[in-house]
Amino acid sequence: MPTEVVEKQKQADEVSGLDALELGPKKEKGALGRRVWSSFWPKALAIAIVVGAWQIVYLSEWRPAYVFPPPADVFAELGALITEPKFWDGVQLTMTRALTGFALAVAIGTLIGAAVSQFRPLRAAIGSLITGLQTMPSIMWFPLAILLFQLGEKAILFVVVIGAAPSVANGLISGIDYVPRTWLRVGQVMGMRGIAKYRHLILPASLPSFVSGLKQGWAFSWRSLMAGELLVIVPGTVSIGVRMQTARDLSDAVAVLAYIIVVLVIGILVDQFFNAADGALRKRWGLTGN
Amino acid sequence: MSTVVRIDDVTKQYGSGSNALLALDHVSLDVAQGEFVCLLGASGCGKSTLLSLVAGLDQITTGTLDIGGRHVALMFQEAALFPWLSVAGNVELPLKLQGVGRADRRKRARELLEIVRLDGFDDKRPHELSGGMRQRVALARALAQNADVLLMDEPFGALDAMTRDILHDELERIWREQELTVLFVTHNVREAVRLGDRVILLSSRPGRVIEDFKIGHPRPRRIDSPEVSGQAAEITDRLRAEVARHAN
Repeated sequence: MPTEVVEKQKQADEVSGLDALELGPKKEKGALGRRVWSSFWPKALAIAIVVGAWQIVYLSEWRPAYVFPPPADVFAELGALITEPKFWDGVQLTMTRALTGFALAVAIGTLIGAAVSQFRPLRAAIGSLITGLQTMPSIMWFPLAILLFQLGEKAILFVVVIGAAPSVANGLISGIDYVPRTWLRVGQVMGMRGIAKYRHLILPASLPSFVSGLKQGWAFSWRSLMAGELLVIVPGTVSIGVRMQTARDLSDAVAVLAYIIVVLVIGILVDQFFNAADGALRKRWGLTGN
Repeated sequence: MSTVVRIDDVTKQYGSGSNALLALDHVSLDVAQGEFVCLLGASGCGKSTLLSLVAGLDQITTGTLDIGGRHVALMFQEAALFPWLSVAGNVELPLKLQGVGRADRRKRARELLEIVRLDGFDDKRPHELSGGMRQRVALARALAQNADVLLMDEPFGALDAMTRDILHDELERIWREQELTVLFVTHNVREAVRLGDRVILLSSRPGRVIEDFKIGHPRPRRIDSPEVSGQAAEITDRLRAEVARHAN
């Protein structure tokens, strides 16, 4: 019947018309150059403010120049450092330690987090202990680590792992705890059980919280590692921490400040990486504000 | 017509002792194959509880509930789509869990999205869609579960009037084309009369069946037609009387 066909078409048009209205026009992203500039200038300004303040303090002669050198000297030292292959060996050693420790912490933290969120008695027993461990300053572990493993790589690794693993575990636990109830009900009605439930629902749903846990875990492991490299000097190795300690022993303030900047820059770069991962995830999920 | 859902003298009580809350009190209800049944009631009438029981998400206290081993799918006020999956990925998930192969999954998801008029939105993320579109994806996902009974818990409650109106038309069309059996919970009387073959009015605290209205108006109906409005007014009066009963 023609009237029925007309009626059907009208209904289809109503639906697609409404969809078009509700979706609205596409947002303009703006040119690439403009976006890069708008994210660049606040950082550049921040650096300028810090360096400017530093220069003013230097000029005020608050401390003698050999204790508190001007920015120009430190940046010249930095420039010399980064052309030195031995410096990069040190960076490599430090980063290898950091990544090994972090990877181990992620593996252990994930296992513990999964176990704690799965078994109720385990949660009661060690759930609060994990949070307690998180508040423990990592430097407190060094005396024990040195007794257990002597002055060696293992002592450093031990402290890095124990510093980072609780954050990773906590991130996973809270991610699993806060999976929305309706999602669980949908999964249950779909017939998700056991491993399928974890694979298709619990793990992806807890990912944002897990990524925050990783980010926090990294911050803890990086701090623990720096403390470790200053305290535990493994004979024959020249890590960033060892170089820093040597500079202090020689009262070389220019080098001390240069290494502070190196550690800061590495920290910021890695943080940027985690932020990018977090940002990409939020965008996928639609958690970013308009 | 064969009975798909048989609810016989079902009571549901939460907690025990002095804290016990009687949610459903000796409720009996049969839903036939292909029927569209609306459960209507004020707050605290246990209509969502009844859906949870039929869905098997909760245990009944006494009585019998028989769905003959049939599959059910459930929809809520929120679409509850998974944000880590694309629109097509969400629709494909139940098929994946059933062990359907990748190519067949793709094809079937595409068909289902076409049914809810969302073809071309496969690769979008749920957050890129409007509320009404998300509910249609949820409907496609429910259809993917090959369910014999579709349970809907105020699925259009969060939508604006125009969107809801259009989705009523859509749901009615899909219900007829796909020969679904629907159990639809709402507190909106006109919505119930607009959609249902029957409207079951439930009392509140505890939930009991007060009356079973047969809605015989020819389809397709309009929510603002005189027949729908007239019948809705009659049911609303009964509902108001029931609410007033709780004054003291």
